[in-house]
Amino acid sequence: MGRALAVIIWIITTLSVLMFVSKKWWFPATISEHGPALDRQFMITILVVGVSFAAAQIGLGWMVWKYRDTGKAGDRGLYTHGSNRLEVVWTVITAVVFISLAIMGQSVWASLRLHDVPPGSYSVEVVAQQFQWNFHYAGKDNVFGKTDPKLIDDGAINFIGLDESDPNAKDDAVTTALAVPVNKPVELRLRSKDVIHSFWVPPLRFKQDLVPGMEIKVHFTATKVGQYELACAELCGQLHFKMRSSMLVLPDDELEALKAMPQAQFQERMKELLAKYPIVID
Amino acid sequence: MSDESHEGVHRHPAPTGFIRKYIFSLDHKVIGIQYIILALAAVLVGMTMSLLMRLKLSWPDKGWSILATLFPAGAPGGVMNPEFYLSLVTMHGTIMVFFVLTTAPQGGFGNYFLPIQIGAEDMAFPVLNMMSFWITLIGFVVILAAIFFSGAESTVGPIGGWTGYAPLSALGAIAGPGQGMGMNLWIISIAIFCVGSLLGALNFITTLLNMRTKGMSLMRMPLTCWAWFTTAVLALLSFPVLLGGGILLLLDRIAGTSFFIPGGLYVSGILSGTNPNFPLHTGGSPILWQHLFWFFGHPEVYIAILPGMGATSHILATFARKPVFGYRAMVFAIFAIGLLGFFVWGHHMFISGMSPYSAIAFSVLTLSIGVPSAVKTFNWLGTLWGARIRFTTPMLFAIGFVSLFVAGGITGLILGQTSLDLAMHDTYIVTAHFHLVMGVASIFGMFAAIYFWFPKMSGRHMSESLGKFHFWITFIGVYSIFVPMHVMGLVGMPRRFSQFTEYGFLTKLHPLVLFVSIAAILTISVQFVFYFNLIWSLFKGKKASDNPWEATTLEWSTSTPPPHDNFAGVLPTVYHGPYEFAVPGAPNDFIMQTDAGAEVASGNGHNGHKH
Repeated sequence: MGRALAVIIWIITTLSVLMFVSKKWWFPATISEHGPALDRQFMITILVVGVSFAAAQIGLGWMVWKYRDTGKAGDRGLYTHGSNRLEVVWTVITAVVFISLAIMGQSVWASLRLHDVPPGSYSVEVVAQQFQWNFHYAGKDNVFGKTDPKLIDDGAINFIGLDESDPNAKDDAVTTALAVPVNKPVELRLRSKDVIHSFWVPPLRFKQDLVPGMEIKVHFTATKVGQYELACAELCGQLHFKMRSSMLVLPDDELEALKAMPQAQFQERMKELLAKYPIVID
Repeated sequence: MSDESHEGVHRHPAPTGFIRKYIFSLDHKVIGIQYIILALAAVLVGMTMSLLMRLKLSWPDKGWSILATLFPAGAPGGVMNPEFYLSLVTMHGTIMVFFVLTTAPQGGFGNYFLPIQIGAEDMAFPVLNMMSFWITLIGFVVILAAIFFSGAESTVGPIGGWTGYAPLSALGAIAGPGQGMGMNLWIISIAIFCVGSLLGALNFITTLLNMRTKGMSLMRMPLTCWAWFTTAVLALLSFPVLLGGGILLLLDRIAGTSFFIPGGLYVSGILSGTNPNFPLHTGGSPILWQHLFWFFGHPEVYIAILPGMGATSHILATFARKPVFGYRAMVFAIFAIGLLGFFVWGHHMFISGMSPYSAIAFSVLTLSIGVPSAVKTFNWLGTLWGARIRFTTPMLFAIGFVSLFVAGGITGLILGQTSLDLAMHDTYIVTAHFHLVMGVASIFGMFAAIYFWFPKMSGRHMSESLGKFHFWITFIGVYSIFVPMHVMGLVGMPRRFSQFTEYGFLTKLHPLVLFVSIAAILTISVQFVFYFNLIWSLFKGKKASDNPWEATTLEWSTSTPPPHDNFAGVLPTVYHGPYEFAVPGAPNDFIMQTDAGAEVASGNGHNGHKH
């Protein structure tokens, strides 16, 4: 029984490790400036995790393989209540390893969240609502027109309550897909009209909740042109599973041209761009 | 602690009527069994829901005729609709966390064995104990009612996940299906559950501190008692916060308050304050709910697993035929986990919009909690080192616990890092992590406990061959279910999606989703072998002696099953630490705690008691 258990534990351990090592199901290639550093931190962590996991399981298997009750009279186990020296050793070692990981694990976070939005960033307002993403672009003047919840009218397609009487709103555009420049810092101003949603683009290695009543400013830099799937990652109600949109990462000139377009033309151009750039999923 | 003070005072005669004996019983043993039966019923409901969820995820468009009959609105033509699925998610989580993982380990086995293991005749407050069970049962009835009175018939309860994030949970029916009466019942059920758990926690703490028998110093208590005690302290400090939060949430829903609802919301085409269905709200904070919920929610995961750790230590030592390795370190580790458990709740909220600086503090504290967890694992391995293992069914499940605790716990090192959470948050790796560690590992602890203590409780053994069959399939099954979920998370698969048909990047995961569902169906089917074994053994099982496992602690020094006052009027005196196995020179390979004659060397478990 002990040997069978040991073998099963070892087989499970091997298959589990293989599932990761084979990389058959793995992260999509990263498309953000912070992505490679995040991936490196993941590889360091998964190495520590994998080695500890395998060592503990192999050790456990070894114990049950080796230390069976033989049933012989007078054959007894080792009489020991432990070893203070060992307790100190393994406490200190795990504390050093785990806390080092914790400290290393802050650097990408700090670069994104403790630092202000870099100057010259491209800003987009994101207004989520149940099962739909709305993106508000400032237009040529780089100033967002005023919005007011009282002006929201989903029926009249004013999803974000844009105040048309505000001169700054004249050149603004609102669409349901996101377009950002490549290799240039992007600032998102995240808001929600109703419940909590979460902005999630897997290859971007980036996620942030959109919380009603708050405007949360985050920034990142995308490094690869293409179209990527954008999902909602926080349960927001019935059709959460299809609150889907796209993020277009565009060459600078293409984005500048788009930005200069008035609302109706902007919408048309957006459709063309979504058709032009196929969705990248790996 | 003198015996004179509680001998007589706490003694109450055995009741004779059926109702006082088995229904409104004051006997901690009967109450413990009532809790276990409640958990066994609740886990059936929760498990059935997980089965339905797997069916939906793997065959999103297939019609199941039985569902068409049972839930014509939730599964028209037998095809489950999204809101039906999401209500299953919510109810599965709530029932499993509250009514299974919090009831069986603590209210069930803790109630039955804590007084016996410390040599007491009953709990300190038997009436409170009875009330805590009946209040918990009412909570269960209310959560079941949410299935049938959820407002929109297309669901089987509220929609919000077990965390019920506001404002989705706070807005009322206007926020969509699953936000009507069912959500009120969900909150009320949890509030009732909080009250029941608080009464239980008070009882555990008082009993353990005041009612230990002569010689039962703290450092001679079995590790199970330390685990139940720490769990009770966690419950006492965390449930009131959830209770308060739940009341505020209910007020937001029914009294028009705005604790969690900010101003200016526009929901389902209506602006707050412009329609009687959506009164004016202003000034609330959705993040406040998350703080209150997780201040409870994180200690809760330790409430679920600490008793399993205690049972595992206890059972490992018994069948390893060796003392627990590092008893004192184990006690300190339990305390460290309990204490740190109160300072890590923010790791559920890195990307919630809270301060990124506090996220860093929570992250470092979170990885620190891995240290006492690792210390426990090292000591379990130390206990097995040089052992003479008897591979009984409870031992298999205890070894399984260690394996699963490592597998599930260790990925906390990934999820606890702020940077990595940007990619991992709310994906399937989180689902995999907490199911393995707080769900499956805890349940393995409870399986170990039930196979181990069933003979003492019922007077009969459970079938070993059925038990081993149950172990092998379940052990392989749970790994097959939850390991693939980790890599789903790496690909980026979000949790709480009712189907994975809408995204290109999820397509390559479909075979894996199917594999997990098949593994889940097999694993769930085998659980019926366990139920059969339980009932069959009650009547036909092999008769058990007083100490069938040749164990050392007090529950094995009394008769099987224990008499009404546990020790037939004579409280035991304790002379030894709890795990004196393999003592050199002793006639047997185990020395019971009550064995006055035996000489043992001083070691951990004897500290403070020179003899």
